[in-house]
Formats: sequence, C-alpha cells, structure tokens
Amino acid sequence: MRGLATLTAALLAATAMPALAQDVAITNAKLVVGDGSQPVDGGTVVIRSGRVVAAGAGVAVPGGMATVDAGGRWVSPGIFAGFTRMGIIEVDGVSETNDSYADNSPFNAALDVASAVNPLSGPIQVNRAEGITRAVVAPAARGSIFAGQGAVIDLAAHMSPVTRAKAFQFMEWGETGAQRGGGSRPAAMALLRNALFEAQAYGRNPGAYLDRGKDALLTRADAEALGPVLRGAMPLLVHVERASDMLTIIALKREFAGIRPVLVGASEGWMVAREIAAAGIPVIASALVDLPASFDQLAATQSNVGRLAAAGVTVGIGQINDDESRQARLVKQYAGNLVALTRVPGASGLSWGQAFAAISSKPAEAIGMGEELGSLRPGRRGDVVIWDGDPLEVGTAATAVYIDGVEQPLENRQTRLRQRYLDPKEGGLPKAYQH
Amino acid sequence: MRSNRYSPENKIVPGRLTLQARLLTILAAGVLGACAAQADEAPQSAGTRAAPQPFDRNPFPSTYRPYGGQPTLITNVTVLDGEGARIDNGAVLFRDGKIVAVGQNLSADGAQVIDGQGKWVTPGVIDVHSHLGNYPSPGVDAHSDGNEATAPITSEVWAEHSVWPQDPGFSRALANGGVTTLQILPGSANLMGGRSVTLKNVYARTMQGMKFPGAPYGFKMACGENPKRVYGSKGRIPSTRMGNVAVNRATWAKAADYKRKWDKYEEDGGDPPTRDIQLDTLRGVLSGEILVHNHCYRADEMAIVMDMAKEFGYRVTAFHHAVESYKIADLLKANQTCSAVWADWYGFKMESYDAVNENLAILENEGACAMIHSDDANGIQRLNQEVAKVWHAARRAGMNISKERAWTWLAIRPAQALGVGEVTGSLKPGKMADVVLWNGDPFSVYTRPERVWVDGALMYDMNNPQMRPVSDFELGQPGEGDVK
Repeated sequence: MRGLATLTAALLAATAMPALAQDVAITNAKLVVGDGSQPVDGGTVVIRSGRVVAAGAGVAVPGGMATVDAGGRWVSPGIFAGFTRMGIIEVDGVSETNDSYADNSPFNAALDVASAVNPLSGPIQVNRAEGITRAVVAPAARGSIFAGQGAVIDLAAHMSPVTRAKAFQFMEWGETGAQRGGGSRPAAMALLRNALFEAQAYGRNPGAYLDRGKDALLTRADAEALGPVLRGAMPLLVHVERASDMLTIIALKREFAGIRPVLVGASEGWMVAREIAAAGIPVIASALVDLPASFDQLAATQSNVGRLAAAGVTVGIGQINDDESRQARLVKQYAGNLVALTRVPGASGLSWGQAFAAISSKPAEAIGMGEELGSLRPGRRGDVVIWDGDPLEVGTAATAVYIDGVEQPLENRQTRLRQRYLDPKEGGLPKAYQH
Repeated sequence: MRSNRYSPENKIVPGRLTLQARLLTILAAGVLGACAAQADEAPQSAGTRAAPQPFDRNPFPSTYRPYGGQPTLITNVTVLDGEGARIDNGAVLFRDGKIVAVGQNLSADGAQVIDGQGKWVTPGVIDVHSHLGNYPSPGVDAHSDGNEATAPITSEVWAEHSVWPQDPGFSRALANGGVTTLQILPGSANLMGGRSVTLKNVYARTMQGMKFPGAPYGFKMACGENPKRVYGSKGRIPSTRMGNVAVNRATWAKAADYKRKWDKYEEDGGDPPTRDIQLDTLRGVLSGEILVHNHCYRADEMAIVMDMAKEFGYRVTAFHHAVESYKIADLLKANQTCSAVWADWYGFKMESYDAVNENLAILENEGACAMIHSDDANGIQRLNQEVAKVWHAARRAGMNISKERAWTWLAIRPAQALGVGEVTGSLKPGKMADVVLWNGDPFSVYTRPERVWVDGALMYDMNNPQMRPVSDFELGQPGEGDVK
C-alpha cells in the first residue's frame, strides 16, 4: 500500500508541475543545503527541469544553462513551513473567507483541504515574497478530534498549488482533543479507538459497512479516510502539548502498529524526548512557546526543540495556533532565536545549520517528503531563495525566489500599499489614481 | 533626532500636569483628605459655604520600592541611550538606583566594573501595550480579566484591579525581552474599556507593589470592529461604526457636564455633586490628568476620533495597533498623536487587512510620533527584534533611520506616551537606572538580554539561575526554574 501511495503522490506531483519549469544554475553563493550542514562559500546549485541536479562547492555548471551570479550572497532551499493554515484562510476574523474548520459538517476525518487552497490568496503572496516556498496546510478540528486531511502546497504564482493532497490526517489530542472528543480525555480516547476499529472494519469489507448517517459515530466517508492512516500510508499529525499525552500517543502507535504519528506543538516534548526518539516519532514543534499558556504546557521552554534534537528526534518547526494562516514567514525568526539560545547557559539551542534544517528539510522529513522537498540535495524540487543576508536574521529579505525552478514574482498588496503611501500626502489626484 | 518634541509633557494641553506636579497633586490629595476628615467634625458657621473636599485621586497607591543594588559601571559597550544617541566604546554608571553618567572613559569611583566588551547597553524596554496580569498564563476562563464586556462604556473599571501579579509572563518579558516598564490595559471589547495601569516589571505580592510610582493613569478606548461586534451581537448599540461614535459622543457630553459641576465644587465648595466613578475617569481625561490610549486600526476612523477629541477638548495620546497610520502620517503629526504599532502583524481581521511592514518607518520618516508595542505575551519577549524588522524595512524602502533613533521606539517614546518620560525611558543622569546589558547587538536575532537592572537593582542575570524569577504559579510545577 505504501507503494501505491507513493505512486499516487508521484502522479499528483506530475499533474501539479508548472508548465514553466526551468533550468537554472545559481553560482557564487554562500550556499545552504538545508540538511543540517553549515553554509559553504563559493557554492553552486544546478536546477534542471525544476529539480536540483547538484549543489555544493565545486559543482560545474552544465554548458548552455542560464546562470545567475549570486555575488556571494546567501542561497538556500526555500523555507518549508511545517504547520500552517495558509491558502485556506484570507482573513481569520472574516468567517466567509475561512475554510479551516466546519462547525456544521457531519464529516470530520473525510474533510480534505486540497480543493479549498486558493493560490491567489494574500497570505500566499506575502509569504512567497519572504522566501517561503512550501507549506503544510492543516484543517482545524471542530466536531471531532479528527480535523480532516491536510495538504502540502507550493507558494508559486500559478493555479495548481497542491504538491500532495491527502498528505496527512490531522487530529487534536490533549486539552483540545478532550473538548472536541466529547469533554474529557477518556471520551477522546473512546472516540479515537472506536474510529480506528470502525475504520478497520470498513477496510476489511467496505461494501458491508453500515453508514448510519449523520448520527453515526463514524460515517462511511470518515472510515474510508482513516484507512490510509491505519495502513501507515498517511501520517497522522497529532496536536499534543502535555508530556503524558505524548506517551499515550506512543502507546497508541504500539497498539496500532501501522500508524505513523507525527507530534505537533509538543511543548513538553523535552520531558519525554528519549521515549519519542525511541518510538521513531517525528515532531513539528512550536519553536518559542515558553509560557504555561495552558495546563498542558506547564513545562514549556524555548529549549524544547534543542533538547528534542539532542535526543535524536527528527524535529522541525511549525506554528500550531500561532498565526498559522498568515505568518509562516516568522519561522525564520523563530529558527534564529533557537541559535541565540546556544549562548544562554542552561538552555538548549540549535547550531545554525540545524536551525535552518528545522525550517527546511526536517519538517519535510517529518511529513514523509524529505526525498522530495526541503533541501538542495539532488533530486529535490528546485525551490531556491537568494537572500540579501543571513536568512535567519530578522530583517533579511529574499531577493529572488524560485519554485520548481521557476522564478517567482515578489509583489503583493503590501508592497503595493507601501509604494502608494511612501509619501502619504495626496498629490494632484486622490491616491486611488496612483497605481 | 529630537524625539522629545513628541513628549506629551511638552505639549500645550490645558490642565496637563508634569509628572512632578502630579506627584505633588497626589501627595496634596492625601494631605487634604486628612484635613477634610478633621474639617467634617468642626462646626460650620452659618451662611458660609462648606469648603471643597477633593476626593482621593489615588486610592490604590503604589507601594513599589526599588530593591537595592551595587553601584555599577559597565564599560566597553555600545550604548544606545534611548533618546536617539549612540556611544561606541561607551560606558554607563549607575548608583543608588539612578543613572549617574553615560559617556566614554568614565571613572568607576568605587563602583563594581562590568567589562562589556562586544556587548550593548540600552535603557530597559518599555511596552506601552500589554495584557500581562489581566490575561495571564495559564489562559483559562478563570483568568480572563481583561474585558468587562457587559456594556460598551465601562470607564469605571481599572485594569489594576484585574492584574494578577503572579503571571509567569512577567518573568519572560524580563528575562527574554529586557522589559522593565509596561502598561497593562483593559481589552478592546468596549468603546471605553477603563483605566490602564503602568507597572515596574518586578514581581511583588500585590499589584500595588508593582505599580510605577507617580505614573499617570491611562484610559483605554477602542474603535472599529470589536465594540460593534460584541454589542451588535447582543442586539444593542453599538452595532455599527456610526453607533460607536454616537455612544462615545453621548458619553463625552455627559462627562463634560459632570466635569463642570465638580470643577465648580472643587473651586467654590458648597454641596458636593453626586460622585460617579464612571464619570470620574472621563473627567480626568478631559482635564488632561489621564492619557488616552485608543485601539484603532483604520486611518479613516482615527481621523474621526481626532475630530471627536477636539469637539470635547481632550487629546488622544496614542493610537494603538494603528495598522493604517502610515496612510495619514501627516495628519497624525499635525495632531501630535502617537501611533503604537506592531512590525508585521496583518490580516487577522478585516480592519488589519491593509497592514504594511513599513508602517512605523513611514511615520518616523514623516516626523510623526511612533513606537513599537506587543499586545502579546510572546511578542513582549522580542520587542527588540520587532524594532529591528522595522529598521530593515525602512532601509529597504530608502529611509535611512539609525539604530539609535530606532531604539527610541521602545524607550523614550513609550515612556513619554505613558507620562513617565521624565523619569525613565533613557539613560540620562538622574533617571531611574532601568538598564539592559545585551550579549550583542540587540538588532540581531542572535542577541539576548544578559543582565537587566530595574532602578539599579539586578533583577535578571543570564549567568545566574538564582537571578531568574519564578512566580508562585510555577513553583513546584514541571519545568520550575528552567531557562524558559
């Protein structure tokens, strides 16, 4: 089944490929590969048919290939935003524009965000201009612990944004899971186990599955959607913050041997880092959560990511409940802050290379797409950014963004408004005529 | 850069008192209160009016006292003084809680010497917009004390009565953000949300123990979506922006009447008018003793509010959030009204849709008063980075703003907007020794506060776990005393 999923993904990927896939070589770069290594000077990255062919120092440019001289500037893989709701929300507070959750749907696990992603949405434009090239897009849970199926998207200026539809199932656990699951952790657990058993029953004989309609504990569509989760063909992203709740998920993985949980948020992950590492469960963590914002996060610390990484956990940065519809661009700043921690006694931070990997290859690996995205290793998608400085430093700007080898426009509403109002006073005609 | 041209203290505002004058007023009120009690017992001769008895303007007085500190000289540092000056290879000397000298080649004069080679020193960070304490962590319903969302006008409530001094957020703002002073405001559900309080960021058992001595009260108002949504959804006025303004104007008219009666009484004596706690605050605004902090996003609404303020004779000290201030920078400048903004928040609600990263930069470039703010328990830990973002955005847009000028955005500007610009907000001799030693350039993401002093007392030391405050709430909990 794993093979089928891969084939399906490949087909989806093929149909999503932009028509303009380019060949380009970027030379003379302070090159960041995104695999955790430190940047190297004098680097070159070669992209052919939208994919990385080679990247490193001493890489030769094939004859006849268009070449961009980076002039010694930083060049890196595009940023992979590990947890967002980008492209499915235009304005959070305007419910008409918010497709992240559905209060009145009879379905939960079956919901699929892919068709809701609007590649022309403002947040995609704004984040593209700041070097974000791919993003995990998750639905939000309402009537169940299951939110539905999320996608991995690109942020290119084209009309086929979905890199992989049905890339994962998203589930709430912990306090929020308890609320969504009926009011308590035991209720959520009963819901979860029932759903998985029902999905197993559906998988054994779909034709015999009795859909009890809206009153059902699990509709036919939801049971079907959970099949790939049970088989391990689709990762199960679980939002969980409390250490003890993470152990529950680890135990669940032992009981349902096929499932591939990925922990999201994971504020107290450092307390059970060894157990998470031993279970081989990746984490898409909130980078800078350091407040006991809830009783699930009493031990939250900015050292969480560093301690997880030190324990051998595959850990990337995501933004659960943190402006995730719009501010994927902030993950660069978050990663930089984790580097700063290495100079604070008692804290655990990341090296620069590790920190960059936490917003490129690591979240891609966590979602099972590290072979395809998130670094400049050969074979990956040609998502490349040229920066005017250190990409983890606040204030550094992307000067060129390539997605699948295609150079992207960097203008958006914000840059247009800035241009209009650099001089706020009105001239011979109202501002409305200045465009 | 003459940042002090924005000083609320320097403005010609009828009834505006300097901080010292306010302190005197407060002291006098206490004395008068005591005298009045005696006067009550004294028989009054027939035919003479009873002497006026001003009520206590400061019934919850600050009990904050600076903790002791060693005289300290920090040398070999880059100093940003918070008012727009920079001293390379500089030094800062403080003693007895006050800044003594800032410059180069200062004599230690018996003070302990900290060699800050490669490090930077700034005044303590000031956040003009915070909800620490009234929306504390953990954010459970039982802790939701920021919005008295039961009526659109609640000028009778005071944020200080909601502040929980054990909020773990205070320690993060100190240790990670270098924050030494912050204003806690009521939320924005109401048109008139109530009084704010300015705190020293030093843990205490009581709110009064954190209260900034002598700071004037602020007054929270809110434009736009929040009030009309909250009350519209309850089927009552305001449900529209025009409803917002109508309710405000009706209230100001009432307040003006109340003020007339009380002013007359406090001048002439006689029968005291009926006391109204709600209108007391508005009278304080109209007489310039209480500073207006107005949550407002859209340029067109800010313009209407400024006209309304003129109509009733008050002034908006600062618009907060103000994501569209850049569109009317000239108008804001002309009205001597500040904008307290984020670096890059946008799009979370309709009225924040037109945000640009250059908002603060355009205001600065136009000569309008502007500053950074957090409104967020996480953002308050990184206000230096927010300033750095704006600084970079400004440069890319072709505006050459120096780092020392940009640092006013979280130093003297917010201090002045809070009415405490004469005593903190910059490293000037005689001011409170609220000081941060950063382990590098604070415009870099790789820099952290290394030590923070409040009134000359060391309150955080990165290298000493004992100097990391742990609130009551976190004691005995998982992660107690961790670096956070």
